[in-house]
Amino acid sequence: MSDDLKAIREVKAEWEEKDVAKTVSRFPERKAAFETTSGIPFERLYTPLDTDSLDYLRDLGFPGRYPYTRGVQPTMYRGRFWTMRQYAGFATAEETNKRYKFLLDKGQTGLSVAFDLPTQIGYDSDHPLSAGEVGKVGVAIDSLADMEILFDGIPLDKVSTSMTINATAAMLLAMYIAVAEKQGVDSKILKGTIQNDILKEYAARGTYIYPPKESMRIITDIFAYCKDHLPKWNTISISGYHIREAGSTAVQEVAFTLADGIAYVQAAIDAGLDVDAFASRLSFFFNAHSNFLEEIAKFRAARRMWARIMKERFKAKDPRSMRLRFHTQTAGSTLTAQQPENNIMRVTLQALSAVLGGTQSLHTNSWDEAFALPSEKSVTIALRTQQVIAHETGVADSIDPLGGSYLIEKLTHEIEDKANEYIQKIDEMGGAVKAIEGGYIQREIADSAYQFQMAVEKEERIIVGVNRFRQEEPPLKDVLRISPEVESYQIQKLQKVKAQRDAVKVSATLARLKEAAQGTENLVPPILEAVKAYATLGEIAGTLREVFGEYRES
Amino acid sequence: MNEERKIRVLVAKPGLDGHDRGAKVVARALKDAGMEVIYTGIRQTPEQIAKTAIQEDVDVVGLSCLSGAHNHLFPKVVALLKEQGADDILVFGGGIIPHEDIPKLKAKGIIEVFQPGTDTRDIIKTITEKIHEKREKQEGLA
Repeated sequence: MSDDLKAIREVKAEWEEKDVAKTVSRFPERKAAFETTSGIPFERLYTPLDTDSLDYLRDLGFPGRYPYTRGVQPTMYRGRFWTMRQYAGFATAEETNKRYKFLLDKGQTGLSVAFDLPTQIGYDSDHPLSAGEVGKVGVAIDSLADMEILFDGIPLDKVSTSMTINATAAMLLAMYIAVAEKQGVDSKILKGTIQNDILKEYAARGTYIYPPKESMRIITDIFAYCKDHLPKWNTISISGYHIREAGSTAVQEVAFTLADGIAYVQAAIDAGLDVDAFASRLSFFFNAHSNFLEEIAKFRAARRMWARIMKERFKAKDPRSMRLRFHTQTAGSTLTAQQPENNIMRVTLQALSAVLGGTQSLHTNSWDEAFALPSEKSVTIALRTQQVIAHETGVADSIDPLGGSYLIEKLTHEIEDKANEYIQKIDEMGGAVKAIEGGYIQREIADSAYQFQMAVEKEERIIVGVNRFRQEEPPLKDVLRISPEVESYQIQKLQKVKAQRDAVKVSATLARLKEAAQGTENLVPPILEAVKAYATLGEIAGTLREVFGEYRES
Repeated sequence: MNEERKIRVLVAKPGLDGHDRGAKVVARALKDAGMEVIYTGIRQTPEQIAKTAIQEDVDVVGLSCLSGAHNHLFPKVVALLKEQGADDILVFGGGIIPHEDIPKLKAKGIIEVFQPGTDTRDIIKTITEKIHEKREKQEGLA
């Protein structure tokens, strides 16, 4: 330890004995101990003593350079702000198309498609299990015909589109390619993302169809196809968002997400792909939760960890394979139904943490989402929140502005350490797939969720308007409603498509897909052929169900 | 009177919604409060839920739905229980449910609807009270 640090340590000890002890004896601190959501202690004060072991070039470096702690691009937001990308979709393709045009008109810079649950789970709108769900949490897509309407008048060579789609990602990507082709846009220039992260569906979100092994095959088929045909496409968005929403801590969010990432990289390598041929197109998706400083440190820790994993564990050579690029969404689970306008402030702070953490794109939640999907008015406020942060606060004008903060650096280091302990444990279980199949990750998440709820109920955690500062209020009116007629309208459209298409061609493409699924060839080309013949999503997903079977939660 | 029978609860996720944080938290809180709790897991049809409720001889079914399909799914469970002569089972609901839907759900036989931010102690209290009311009424008739 240097003489400087020794001096600091001595003065700190003296300060604690004298000043702090004296103050605390007269005015006790609010709590006996302070800690983050992950149980990491918040010290009273951070000093250079906390960053003593930090090696600047090894651990932080420079933006756009390994280990990317300070950001993935050399100029970050000084060049271009993050992409403002509001997740949207409801009712029919017609209505959602209108919402997209509305958002683009308000200054949104990328699209993000929310699909309804039948679309996500591979059922057509007329399937019995779809009853009541059509168009509810997103837009209903039954066939290419709906996708053509969804992107009508939206130039796919200009916008980038993110699609929250997992078990049926290959089908929706194929539809997107087909729509682009009809617009005269070559798939080689298409920009966007499919979520395509099935592991967190088993662990936290629930829209799985097939068993893990078959699902991993589809995913690696997509990696391989996109490498050649959609080189600018993000082939997966490895998501901690839903893990956090399901109740995990910040450390668990990073650990389980990166463990999933490791499983995908390993699966692709096992399928014969060279790591540097696909790894640069992997992207990530994190939650921006309420513990402001912990969140900023979390994003930085995740970046550094992934860089090290890719370089040291997978021996990637291309620096682009080591860059963790991520989308962020503010935490839906923190939105309160009580005094819901306060959610605007929650979202603002969460969004600010994502920007200070160096996100590449951002969705800000709307204040009314504890009741329903957002109205036009509330989603405009959410978008404006990002624009205020970008244009008015100045936080985007210097890169990683909190880098070097004793607290942020110490917390970044501690999150990395604790997340690495989890990853090691998961490795010992045989990897993320095994850990999920054994229910380990689900149990960890559920335990954290329960502890959080109990802490709220014991008032160890305060949520304004929920367990303190409550007030009587009238019920909220004017939330977005999805008309029950959407379902019957969607079914009519589906019947029309079925009546007008070439049935022989549909059967032939589906038979072809079945054959491919039984063998080992890449599934994306036969799916694309079926999509172009206007086979429905339910038919395509159903064909694969016949071959692969279905996953059941144990 | 013998020792009172423990309240048996089926916590269920009807429909395609996979958000089960709330269902799991409530299930555990009810268990910690001394109730016997069965959790169905996600993606259950109303038919499966009614069948399980009857087979397991529960007093209460707690339905959780965050996908907006509650107006379709919740009343269906109530109707199926009634059809099978099990309308003594009390059905509660929770999830992302707009205020204006609550009176309509109650009119269709849902005893109470819990919105986000509900304290699990309030859920425990409501269930316990409603079950006691029902049991007292049944004893009065017996």
